[in-house]
Amino acid sequence: MTPNLHLWLIPILPLIGAAINGFFGRRFSRQAVAAVALGFCGAAFAMALWIAAQFSSLALPHVEVLTSWLNSGNFSVDYSFALDQLSLVMLLIVTGVGFLIHVYSVGYMWEEGGYYRFFSYLNLFMFFMLTLILASNYLLMFVGWEGVGLASYLLIGFFFIRDSAAAAGKKAFIVNRIGDFGFLIALFLMIKHFGSLDFQKVFDAVKPYSPETAGVGFLTAIALLLLLGACGKSAQIPLYVWLPDAMEGPTPVSALIHAATMVTAGVYMISRSHVIFERAPSALMVVAIIGTLTAFFAATIGIAQTDIKKVLAYSTISQLGYMFMACGVAAFSAGIFHLMTHAFFKGLLFLAAGSVIHAVGGEQDMRRMGGLRKKIPWTFWTMTFATIAISGLPPFAGFFSKDEILWRAYQASWIYWLVGVITAFLTSFYMFRLLFMTFFGEYRGDAEGVYGHDEHDGHANHAGSDGHDSRAGAPAPHGHGHGHGGIHESPAIMLVPLVILAVLSLVGGWVGIPGSLGGGNHFDKFLGPVFRSSTPAVNPEHAQPGETAPPEQTTEGSEPKTGHSTEIIFTGISVGAGLLGLFLAWLLYIHSPELPDRIAGSMHGLYSAVAHKYWIDELYAWLFVKPLIAISGVVFWRGIDQGTIDAALNGSADGARDLSDEVRHMQSGNLRSYAGWIAVGAAAMIAYMVWMGLRTQ
Amino acid sequence: MNWLDKNILTLITFAPAVGAVLLLFFPRRHRDIRVFALVISLLTFVLSLHLPAHFNRGLPGFQFDRDLPWISSPNIHYHMGIDGISMWLIVLTTFLAPLCVLISWKSIDDRVKEFFILLLILETSLIGVFVSLDLFLFYFFWEATLIPMALLIGIYGHGRKVYAAVKFFLYTMIASVFMLASILWLYAKTGSFDFVTLQNAIHSGSIPEFSGTVPLLLFLGFFIAFAVKVPLFPFHTWLPDAHVEAPTAGSVLLAGVLLKMGTYGMLRFNLGLFPEQSRVNASWIVVLALIGIVYGALVAMVQPNMKKLIAYSSISHLGFVVLGIFSFTQAGLNGAMFIMLAHGISTGGLFMLAGILYERRHTYEISDFGGLATPMPTYSTFFLFMVLASLGLPLLNGFVGEFLVLSGAFQAKMWWGVVAATGVIWSACYLLWMYQRVIFGKVKHAENNLLPDLLLRERIALWPTAIMALAMGVAPLLWLNTIDPAVHNVLAPFTQLASRMVGQ
Repeated sequence: MTPNLHLWLIPILPLIGAAINGFFGRRFSRQAVAAVALGFCGAAFAMALWIAAQFSSLALPHVEVLTSWLNSGNFSVDYSFALDQLSLVMLLIVTGVGFLIHVYSVGYMWEEGGYYRFFSYLNLFMFFMLTLILASNYLLMFVGWEGVGLASYLLIGFFFIRDSAAAAGKKAFIVNRIGDFGFLIALFLMIKHFGSLDFQKVFDAVKPYSPETAGVGFLTAIALLLLLGACGKSAQIPLYVWLPDAMEGPTPVSALIHAATMVTAGVYMISRSHVIFERAPSALMVVAIIGTLTAFFAATIGIAQTDIKKVLAYSTISQLGYMFMACGVAAFSAGIFHLMTHAFFKGLLFLAAGSVIHAVGGEQDMRRMGGLRKKIPWTFWTMTFATIAISGLPPFAGFFSKDEILWRAYQASWIYWLVGVITAFLTSFYMFRLLFMTFFGEYRGDAEGVYGHDEHDGHANHAGSDGHDSRAGAPAPHGHGHGHGGIHESPAIMLVPLVILAVLSLVGGWVGIPGSLGGGNHFDKFLGPVFRSSTPAVNPEHAQPGETAPPEQTTEGSEPKTGHSTEIIFTGISVGAGLLGLFLAWLLYIHSPELPDRIAGSMHGLYSAVAHKYWIDELYAWLFVKPLIAISGVVFWRGIDQGTIDAALNGSADGARDLSDEVRHMQSGNLRSYAGWIAVGAAAMIAYMVWMGLRTQ
Repeated sequence: MNWLDKNILTLITFAPAVGAVLLLFFPRRHRDIRVFALVISLLTFVLSLHLPAHFNRGLPGFQFDRDLPWISSPNIHYHMGIDGISMWLIVLTTFLAPLCVLISWKSIDDRVKEFFILLLILETSLIGVFVSLDLFLFYFFWEATLIPMALLIGIYGHGRKVYAAVKFFLYTMIASVFMLASILWLYAKTGSFDFVTLQNAIHSGSIPEFSGTVPLLLFLGFFIAFAVKVPLFPFHTWLPDAHVEAPTAGSVLLAGVLLKMGTYGMLRFNLGLFPEQSRVNASWIVVLALIGIVYGALVAMVQPNMKKLIAYSSISHLGFVVLGIFSFTQAGLNGAMFIMLAHGISTGGLFMLAGILYERRHTYEISDFGGLATPMPTYSTFFLFMVLASLGLPLLNGFVGEFLVLSGAFQAKMWWGVVAATGVIWSACYLLWMYQRVIFGKVKHAENNLLPDLLLRERIALWPTAIMALAMGVAPLLWLNTIDPAVHNVLAPFTQLASRMVGQ
């Protein structure tokens, strides 16, 4: 008898917090709002730790059915939650990083209006995200999936006074819905073929199939449709366009939702569905190609961005591409490993960027920063840790996870590997560019003297109503005991999460040190049972339906085909790429800062294309949005509805009018007499019928 | 069966009408009239709760059955009864009626008494449509809904209200004539208006001359009347006009209940009496439904008027219902039924919200608003909630029905499900775009700065819709448990067909 862990409580706890702050928060003090939000989010984290502590004694996967949700004929879906190694890792990441970001937000949002609203949304996000990762069937997962989209919509549009924020929220939701369309169709295919959406039932039904190597079968179709959903949520080509715009949201939101947790849901979903993907090799290849392309493509855009958050946004898209690449070469645990380290260092990068923005009074343009190293040392050092980590330099976390992905990618195809290494170089370059532009050289902004100038309409200037007291308009002491009169380090409540994440950005990768470097790759071994249990037989002849693959035939966690020495050479190359990026950034932004402009000038066309993000937004608008609105308005509404159907009706009514005086009377507006006649007629008819009825009885 | 069970349907049906008659005589002050109307409608709602409370989901066929011979020639019976389908439509009607009274509290200040009398008569006739098992009785109530509704639009509406009222009246009445013809043909051949008798006669093949093109014509006679009411593309153009000019309560009942008379009719009569014809004609009907889903949504997207936008979105939503019905799958019909209820709640809520703005600004033009989150935060929250319910966010009411319909359609024919599923994208587009333009941004018109947020009375009207939207999304089984067996009965003649289609 396995213990009842009450898994459902984990998502419900933050929901209670969201409800309390949502309904009553307006009357609470800020301290009370923060206490509620942190209390319930912290309780979920504590519960996750408690579960982790007794995890080894559980029979896995551990499934708990709360109650039935819906039922139609033979088809039913439960509110059921499941725990295995994969969801435990996700659970700890989401509650842990989520809690840290909640703590940070207490300081960061202190002077913003709508404090209760912010924390209510943030807790609501935790509810949906935890539902997503703990669900034990696809429909409940879809609840979380759409729900995090809602939370994202609300939080991107948090500063709704700004039209750009409102538009960005809407764009995120709609683009995600395009992905959800694919997700839904995949669910219908599962219902059609397996009669259930329960993970266990679906996977058990899938396991007997051998990989669809010839042609596109329904498993490939399901996998590709799930991939469409994942591309929406995880901002991959072609649906990545919403994520850069999502930076309109407050920075802690960018850290939590648009870097550390929600956007990785696609990776989680694909990994969760690995049983299906493994049997759909061509779909898996599409995953790898999309991931590789996205990683490279987004990194190139990241090079030319000047908004500190936009750089990080494209960087996130690019790093998610790595995770997709990993999934695409069936190295799921490597993907999840990178998901975890990325949550640490990218969450940190955003929080640190928030601390920078906070310090310089809402400025987000790196061209107006510089020289901040001495003024905000804690922010600088923690951000440096994160930058080294994302650049894949040892012994920081990103090194191990990225190296694992590149190594596994190489085993699938050297092309993935090559693009991955080039991307690693680009990553290192644009990240150190960010670090150097922000913290080194001379300060180029003007927040030193007068506080609150904000060209970007970034963080301040959403003053106004709904209690939106503007930071710019509030030069009064800041709640944490220091003035706003210049560049200043953030309060401790923001710095502590930075430091913790900085430590994790360093040591977080040590759980997955590969054998070639003398480690035991414990992370891979821990996740092994999830991914190993169902790997299909490599040789299709061996996998007759009804026969499960023998456990020793594994791809995950197996010994590499080539020896350790080769692996070490490849590790050396990727570290070299990272160092090269660092060097180039140093050359261009510290050694000869006049060079970047000259280079940009000499490559005008290319630079312009990159700086304008290849005009993809414009292309989509021109291809899809404008034609759709034009067709709907001009052809459908004016043309068919009014021009054809109604015109025909009115035409025939006009014809009738000429024939009949009665109709003319009605049309001419003498409605009261008309109504009167109807009423009289109806009354007479009723009277007659009642009388007839009485007479017959 | 005790006395109450025997007469409960009669009580529920005529309670509002009795209230209307009483209203004719005694209260004089406007306030008393409103309170009285509210009490009557609440009483009816409480009475109607007797049905789900005492409904036995294990029994096949109709319950709370009451069959009295009424007129011997022609052979008309006072035959009422409900199953798991009609029961919830009745409760939906009685649920929305008190909210309609509340939302009309201040907005109607001229001819107040007549307004509430019309509203109560409308309620009686709507309930009558759903309880009638005698085709004559059904037709009587069916036509009876037209009069109060047309008068509500024509007298209490705004703008081109007379044009809209007449268009509504003529359009749907002309279509109903075809149904009357079908009913009379059936009576002429069988001597009965009784639904159950006719159903058995048709199924056993005992009706003379029921062959050749006759069944098709009969089917079409019913279908045209229902299709116009739904409204199915291309019979939909009366709806936007009727909604835009109608008073809020009229819109709520029009979208919330009146349209469902059409889909209910399809479910009960087209499928119930003519399964073979339903099957034969399903392919083109579904195509019209699919066009309605996509076309309604796209046209909704470009509407400059909030109410027209919601009206076109109803065309899209009702397209889902028709699709579900003519998928002949358990999931499709369950979903269709669930959407009927869910749409009644969330679109009812949206129309109330639009009406609240109209009371303040006397306009529905989206461009006259913008930035309302600032002066009206609570309003904005309710509005968002209803928008989310309407666009089918999981855990709210819209999702369950949409999911089931799509899944059923997909099982019937894959491409039906795929085309219809694009609806999840369109609905997000038109609803969130509208929401953004009305609620977000800076206040663009100075007069909107001073708009008062929701009044207590308005909150009382909106809260029940919000609670129901959540309850239906979180615990749909409370409804599906009784809908599912009823749908199973409807589908019984199709079972063979349905299993064949699933196997495709």
